[in-house]
Amino acid sequence: MIRSEILKEIAPIIRDHLVVCNIGLPSQELHMIDDQPTNFYMLGTMGLSSSIGFGLALAQDKPVISIDGDGSVLTNLGTLPTIANNATGNYTLLIIDNGSYGSTGDQPTYAGMKTSLSAVATACGCENVIEVQDKDLGPVLQSAIDSDEMTIIVCKCDSGNIKLPVITMDPVVIRHRFMEAVKA
Amino acid sequence: MNIDKKIVDDLVANDVSFVTTVPCKQLAGVIEEVENRDEIFHIPSNKEDEGMGLCAGAFMGGKRPMIIMQNTALGVTLNTLATLTQFYRMPLPMLISYRGELREPVSCQVEMAVHTKALLAQLNIPTYHFHWQKDVEEFDNILKYTFMSNKPVAILTDANFWGGYGDQ
Ligand SMILES: Cc1ncc(C[n+]2csc(CCOP(=O)(O)OP(=O)(O)O)c2C)c(N)n1
Ligand SMILES: [Mg+2]
Repeated sequence: MIRSEILKEIAPIIRDHLVVCNIGLPSQELHMIDDQPTNFYMLGTMGLSSSIGFGLALAQDKPVISIDGDGSVLTNLGTLPTIANNATGNYTLLIIDNGSYGSTGDQPTYAGMKTSLSAVATACGCENVIEVQDKDLGPVLQSAIDSDEMTIIVCKCDSGNIKLPVITMDPVVIRHRFMEAVKA
Repeated sequence: MNIDKKIVDDLVANDVSFVTTVPCKQLAGVIEEVENRDEIFHIPSNKEDEGMGLCAGAFMGGKRPMIIMQNTALGVTLNTLATLTQFYRMPLPMLISYRGELREPVSCQVEMAVHTKALLAQLNIPTYHFHWQKDVEEFDNILKYTFMSNKPVAILTDANFWGGYGDQ
């Protein structure tokens, strides 16, 4: 499965939850598949999906899911020790690991070579790290959201992209709509 | 006057309750004070742009955030300031130790000091420079201004403000 197929499959699971979605194609795909006020689309700032989602999870009680990418986690590896050492049960980090910088043309990342992001997360002190194959993600994600423990999911999948338009919504509108949903 | 305590008192009075930090020798006292206050959640970050991401999330979760960092880190935060904090219009007070200014003993620190104000000006970030202890009196107003304007705002604090660099 490629990322867009995964997002289609998990859309019903994440629809009613606060989601922070990674820059580039992941946000464009989620926006096209199931735009919700509970989605925060990153239009830039590669690497910070996990940090933004984690700050949000620490600041309020609702479940938060950060949808991140392998390349983006690699660029902000310092996030994993911070998350591990300040764990909060309402937070789920979903790393869609297609082994490539998908949004820029599927250049390979080190996560598709010798580097295991799940091993890195574990070494950083994250306690519930689950590596899962794309087709098995749904139930794993659902139980991570339902559980009171913070979970890091590394979802291995194929690289590949679909053609789709950029998000033209104004960032302040995205942010305002999202903050209203956080308060609701 | 204990400026560490005064700064953190102002944070609490302005409802700033989520503070991320990367240490600097000059900031040790204020970081310790932040850590010791029940009203403030202190989360050390590993890199300043990561910390700004945490602050963005905390803001959207209803908290008033703040970052405490050294000016040498400004370069690594430029993309985040432009594409996250400013693009989405979020407030962020940045208490920055201004290394490489008067009374600095480490020559390498001067190399980023000479770029600090220029970079902040290039980003149109409102910038205040605390040089004398009494300058801290402005801190409360700066916090109010930051959350009124929904912008990142820099408070540069040099060695003279902190009472020198310490043992040299
Ligand atoms: C600082 C910075 N460097 C590079 C880019 C270009 N860029 C945008 S998305 C992306 C790939 C992200 O890869 P990954 O996190 O694995 O997500 P994927 O698209 O594969 O799902 C890159 C390199 C950028 N936006 N910002
Ligand atoms: Mg990828």
